[in-house]
Amino acid sequence: MGQLLQQLLNGLTIGSFYALIALGYTMVYGVLKLINFAHGDLFMLGAYLGLVTLMGLVVNMGLSANLLIFLLIFLIVMIVVGGVGVVLERVAYRPLYKAGRLPPIVSALGASIFLQNGVMLLYGARYRTFPEAFKRAIPDVMWTFGGARLTLMQVIMLLISFLLMAALYLFVNYTRVGTAMRAVALDHDTARLMGIDVNRIITLVFIIGPALGAAGGIMVGLFYGRIYFTLGWSYGLKAFTAAILGGIGNIPGAMVGGLLLGLIEALATGFVSDAWKNAIAFFILVLILILRPTGLLGERVAEKL
Amino acid sequence: MKDFFARLRNLDERWGYSILAVVAVLFPIVVPSNRWIQVANFFFIYAMLGLSLNIILGYAGLFQLGHAAFYAVGAYTTAILSTYFNVPTFALLPISGILAAIFAILISRPILHLRGDYLCIVTIGFGEIVRIALRNDVSSLVFLANIPGLAFLKEKLGNMVITGGPNGIMGIARPRVFGFVFRQQWHYFYLFLAFVAFTIFAMRRLENSRLGRAWTCVREDELAAEAMGINTVQVKLLAFALGAAWAGVAGGLYASWVTVIAPETFSFWESCIMFCIVVLGGTGSIPGVLVGTIGMIVLPELLREVLVNIQQWRMLIFGAAMIFMMVVRPEGLWPSQRFRRELELAKEMAVPGA
Repeated sequence: MGQLLQQLLNGLTIGSFYALIALGYTMVYGVLKLINFAHGDLFMLGAYLGLVTLMGLVVNMGLSANLLIFLLIFLIVMIVVGGVGVVLERVAYRPLYKAGRLPPIVSALGASIFLQNGVMLLYGARYRTFPEAFKRAIPDVMWTFGGARLTLMQVIMLLISFLLMAALYLFVNYTRVGTAMRAVALDHDTARLMGIDVNRIITLVFIIGPALGAAGGIMVGLFYGRIYFTLGWSYGLKAFTAAILGGIGNIPGAMVGGLLLGLIEALATGFVSDAWKNAIAFFILVLILILRPTGLLGERVAEKL
Repeated sequence: MKDFFARLRNLDERWGYSILAVVAVLFPIVVPSNRWIQVANFFFIYAMLGLSLNIILGYAGLFQLGHAAFYAVGAYTTAILSTYFNVPTFALLPISGILAAIFAILISRPILHLRGDYLCIVTIGFGEIVRIALRNDVSSLVFLANIPGLAFLKEKLGNMVITGGPNGIMGIARPRVFGFVFRQQWHYFYLFLAFVAFTIFAMRRLENSRLGRAWTCVREDELAAEAMGINTVQVKLLAFALGAAWAGVAGGLYASWVTVIAPETFSFWESCIMFCIVVLGGTGSIPGVLVGTIGMIVLPELLREVLVNIQQWRMLIFGAAMIFMMVVRPEGLWPSQRFRRELELAKEMAVPGA
């Protein structure tokens, strides 16, 4: 029982990371019907920039690592990575919107290679570790109940990701810009006739998506303490799976899919075999898609490649 | 320059292929450098893989991003049967192809009704499952012994080795005909050349066959294809089976060439390379796939030569080059006429100035 509870908590934590990254995939897909394969690398860039700003502010400038500094770092990194997302969209995707479904994927893979190797050139090919000092900035409080352990770190991570997700949900559903975003997702041309600047909405999506991914990157870095330049591939693939699982293009779907994938993985690790956890996750994805071809929360729409 | 390319395209294709064949036959004689012959061999393997994926992605329009799985099935079939049972390589190639095809039919049948991006992630998923299974080997299935009633598996599975885990399989036999053993890079060069030539010949025939036209029809409008009496499920299954069979043979050839294979050779990235070869070259176009293979396989090697002092920038530049090539020529470097028309039609339908 204790182990089950523990795995559920672990699954929830990692699932919330997946959900944050999955939001980027699903938002871009929603407005552009494009799979942004470089999104995982933007997440990785977020992790690296998080480490770099943390080192810069705390180690070099001698500021104490308190909650305010952490929030500042999140803000800086999210803005920078959002900017990179906008540049990426302008350079690699915008010229290809009318070229069908396949060319943007190749362009995205090219961008992914570019980002990975760029980070490798800047920060080295070996993995980087977050100094223990930062971990100590968050008090090492731990609760034990029912045989399961929950750390303060986990609680903070869960809190941040749920706050970000709730903010996004409210933004998309209850603001004018959010309404415009949903309109663009439904139909570009009609949205344009309604006076919506479609390109600006696309730009906005490419700010918000990568920014959320970058937040996920910093949290993964803080939580596991170790990052490497191919991080984006493993997490990106998982998050993309999560987005599809929930029904791609659907924002609550990405959250549900991410959490579910995290839980599946944790349970597979705890009760079956760690070596097979990814295979099991993909297998369950295939099963769900066979039964519900457009994901858990996806709408049943006919679409053509 | 543009005029030159236009004339090149209008040239009878058979002339083009004949000239290409002569150039290819002379290549190891003119360029007697082992390294470049090796690059050429990689080119041949990936050309076969690209052409096989082209059936699924280009002709039938099925979003397949897990082609490395079929490549892996072929390679491991050859590797396992040659190291454990000493079956000669040339007998193994058809077996590898057939097993890959059977595997493809088994996994693609339940997912054929998925569309576009959903099919894409499922094929990625299968590709990853295959890689993980190869890396874990059967001995990792020992957890099954925890299920009540299956405890006897513990002894049976515990020490079983089939795929060799993360280290893979070593000592795969080289191909041999009438006592002649393929050893040198240039031996393989001519072997692979023959296979690629046959592949191109077969693909050209396939393209214009009844089946080939059915694939095009399914890609352009599945509903209309069905209304015309095409059994879309069967046609799509055949696309998967044939594509997989060809990839399986390529895998067998690869295994017998490098004689050592490991699961990481068949990663998701490998599937991405094949995908890029097809789309970058020109979806559904045979010369396009060949050009795409040059772009994805030969170009990084050329960059290695050119960027002597800034070696570490190589992949960065390559990534930028991929974006650049796609942005400049979204229809691919050498698109098929049909695909170009489809794209133009799609552009006309779109709202101008949008």
